Amino acid sequence: MRRIMVGVKRVVDYNVRIRVKPDNTGVITEGVKMSINPFDEIALEQALRIKEQGLADEVLAVSIGPADTQQQLRTALAMGADRAILVQTDAAMAPLSIAKIFQKIAEAEQPFLTLLGKQAIDEDNGQTAQMLAALLDRPQATSCSKVDIADGKATVTREVDSGLETLEVDLPAVLSVDLRLNEPRYVKLPDIMKAKKKPLDIKSVADYGVTEGAAFKTVKVDPPPSRQKGIIVKDVAELVGVLKQKGLV
Amino acid sequence: MRKTIDFLLNDWLDVAALAARERYSEHSRETFASVLDACQRIAAEKFAPFNRLVDVEEPRLENGVVVLPQCAYDAARAYVDSGMLAATQDYDVGGMQLPYVVELAANAFFAKAGIGLGGGGMLTVGNANLLLAHGTPRQKAVFAQQEIDGKWFGTMCLSEPQAGSSLSDILTRATPDGDDSAQDELGPRYRLTGNKMWISNGEHDLSENIVHLVLAKIPAVDGKLVPGVRGISLFIVPKLLVNPAGELTGERNDVALAGLNHKMGFRGIPNTLLNFGEGKFPVRGRPGAIGYLVGLPGDGLKCMFHMMNEARIGVGLGAVGIGYAGYEASLDYARNRKQGRPSTPAGKDPASPPVSIIEHADVKRMLLAQKAYVEGGLALELYCGRLVDEARTGSAESVPAIKALLEILTPIAKSWPSEWCLEANSLAIQVHGGYGYTRDFPVEQYWRDNRLNMIHEGTHGIQGLDLLGRKVLMDDGRALDLLAQRIGQTVQQARGHAELQAESAAVAQGLQTLLDATRAAWSTRQPDEALANATPYLQAFGHVVVAWLWLDVARVAVAAAAGKDDAFLRGKLQAARYFFDFELPKIDAWLAVVAARNPTCREMQDAWFES
Repeated sequence: MRRIMVGVKRVVDYNVRIRVKPDNTGVITEGVKMSINPFDEIALEQALRIKEQGLADEVLAVSIGPADTQQQLRTALAMGADRAILVQTDAAMAPLSIAKIFQKIAEAEQPFLTLLGKQAIDEDNGQTAQMLAALLDRPQATSCSKVDIADGKATVTREVDSGLETLEVDLPAVLSVDLRLNEPRYVKLPDIMKAKKKPLDIKSVADYGVTEGAAFKTVKVDPPPSRQKGIIVKDVAELVGVLKQKGLV
Repeated sequence: MRKTIDFLLNDWLDVAALAARERYSEHSRETFASVLDACQRIAAEKFAPFNRLVDVEEPRLENGVVVLPQCAYDAARAYVDSGMLAATQDYDVGGMQLPYVVELAANAFFAKAGIGLGGGGMLTVGNANLLLAHGTPRQKAVFAQQEIDGKWFGTMCLSEPQAGSSLSDILTRATPDGDDSAQDELGPRYRLTGNKMWISNGEHDLSENIVHLVLAKIPAVDGKLVPGVRGISLFIVPKLLVNPAGELTGERNDVALAGLNHKMGFRGIPNTLLNFGEGKFPVRGRPGAIGYLVGLPGDGLKCMFHMMNEARIGVGLGAVGIGYAGYEASLDYARNRKQGRPSTPAGKDPASPPVSIIEHADVKRMLLAQKAYVEGGLALELYCGRLVDEARTGSAESVPAIKALLEILTPIAKSWPSEWCLEANSLAIQVHGGYGYTRDFPVEQYWRDNRLNMIHEGTHGIQGLDLLGRKVLMDDGRALDLLAQRIGQTVQQARGHAELQAESAAVAQGLQTLLDATRAAWSTRQPDEALANATPYLQAFGHVVVAWLWLDVARVAVAAAAGKDDAFLRGKLQAARYFFDFELPKIDAWLAVVAARNPTCREMQDAWFES
């Protein structure tokens, strides 16, 4: 079975204006629209395209999160994933814990390719893919904007500061994907019904020998400072002066 | 809008209960939410960004071909690919057996994002549903199925240049096409000649073929047309001819585009004048558009009106969607536009910073009015949508009453949002001030788009005549009785809430005034006396119905809040209050002329209009 594993994180929808809880312990998610992390959606789309090219047999979507994460996994199944695993937990999970769980799943499922978003839009850690590759001792390529699979290798393009970088990666490998890779498909209505019949396994964190809880402690969550009123400067010299005074240059 | 849709569907209409019906047994609140998620997203990404573009680049003719911008194709494709055309159909024909009310709610996102985009999906669905109800098995398999699949789009060809509201005067003729005409596998084959006006999507290449449903008259043996509506029959006239297997034969039918209408709004949808059978594209050696009879000769209007209830609910929903777009745009503007100072002592200081205009009571009035209109309209459409599902899947003994309720509510579902969500769009412009009158802001387009809805699918005047002249009278007033019972039940339930005492009494009083006026209007049994004021009657009837629905929504909001101060639920209650305090009292003026059989309009003479 040529399998692709895709990480799917449940996050606050990118259209929602984020509000911080009054007690500064996190952001408000109650009654807020939740969606698949957009980068993960791109990873899933790429997996589906690879499968449609006849280069894979199965797309497995995996997620770690609260029970409601089933909604996002059902969406992934409606998009075309074949089956899904939810590692259910209400605890906040650090990237390393997530990578360790994914490692165990990958060892059991033996995907030839693991696709993850380059980061999740909620916490912007951007670490899971790299940690997972290291734990699995597999090649990795991050922030891929083009992925071609052939002859047991992935040829990927990455957008780097100096332009485009093309890498050849031996499979099995872990790739993280960037926005420009593809435009994810919309869910088709009949597929919503088909998704209901696809397997979605619920596991616990303990099933993978990982302890719940983060390796870090959230001390406080503050909203970004609101924008200050601007000032009008009369020339470049004054602008430079103000910037220097503020310690910005 | 999404939160209100969720609230109305789940908390108010309890759509999840539909899953208890066999047809919807695989559904749940989650599947409904997934449908709404998908449509909300497609509408936001493929429709909303292009709404202005299709207005500016209206359809034009180049060498006889209708040219549309690329986004029209992309939006139509996205709508087809979503599966929305087939959503309510059976699983085995590619549908998802979605309840109609959920389909309606999902379509609200498209109406709000871009009413002129998407290839007129609801038109094609209506066309297919008509064929599924009245077509032969072959007609269903060939024409309806390809519409459900989104391969071919549909039109409805009723009006002619000289016959719009009065369909009995149509002149399009259909004559049997040769000796073997009765044996055609696609249905009895006729040749049609005539002109059809105001045909939305009459010509385009958004789809491979176009399925025109055309009303025409079959002449009697003496060659004369039968006067009145009884002579009208219904025909399928494909733009490109097809064989019984549903494949294109390569022949062009004799349907010619005579011109495009240059509309005030709804510009994404090409609106056409079509010539049938004038010989521009002779078929098999002679002029005449080939058409296949649907149903029996003379049953054309009956077949067409079978679908009219849902078409009219669709128009009302469209009006709500556009109204909502203006409400949200003006709400955003009012929150960000700084102008003026409060009329309190603090505002006296000219050096104090200006406030957002949403702080001013009059701007709040305009926003509240919009909220009351668009959310009231949404409640009205979804309530009717829920009734459609009851009519389709309810128990045999309950269905006749549900159908009667739908009959009487349909003119309201069509007319009320068409009038009041248009007024909401006008207020959205007002909130923007001068900017609202420019094309730099979207609200002027919303008003232009929405202005159509009082006109098509039966004008406002026709809706009034239908309501007062037919619907309230049918079966000795049974539909009106049933409606009055339902309103009475809501009043009883709402009385249990201390916050809703005055509102409950107002609905009960409004209903009584309406019933009294209905009786008074017909007390002389003179249709010309009763119907002279059918439009004010329609307005009053609509306001009573929407007040009733607001009372019921407010009741559910009060219960859901359970004493907590929830801004969303408070908003529902306040909008209901606005409706009761500022809108419902209007019915007394409207119904006074109805009850008095006021002759002012009826007795006015043409010559007296001299100016």
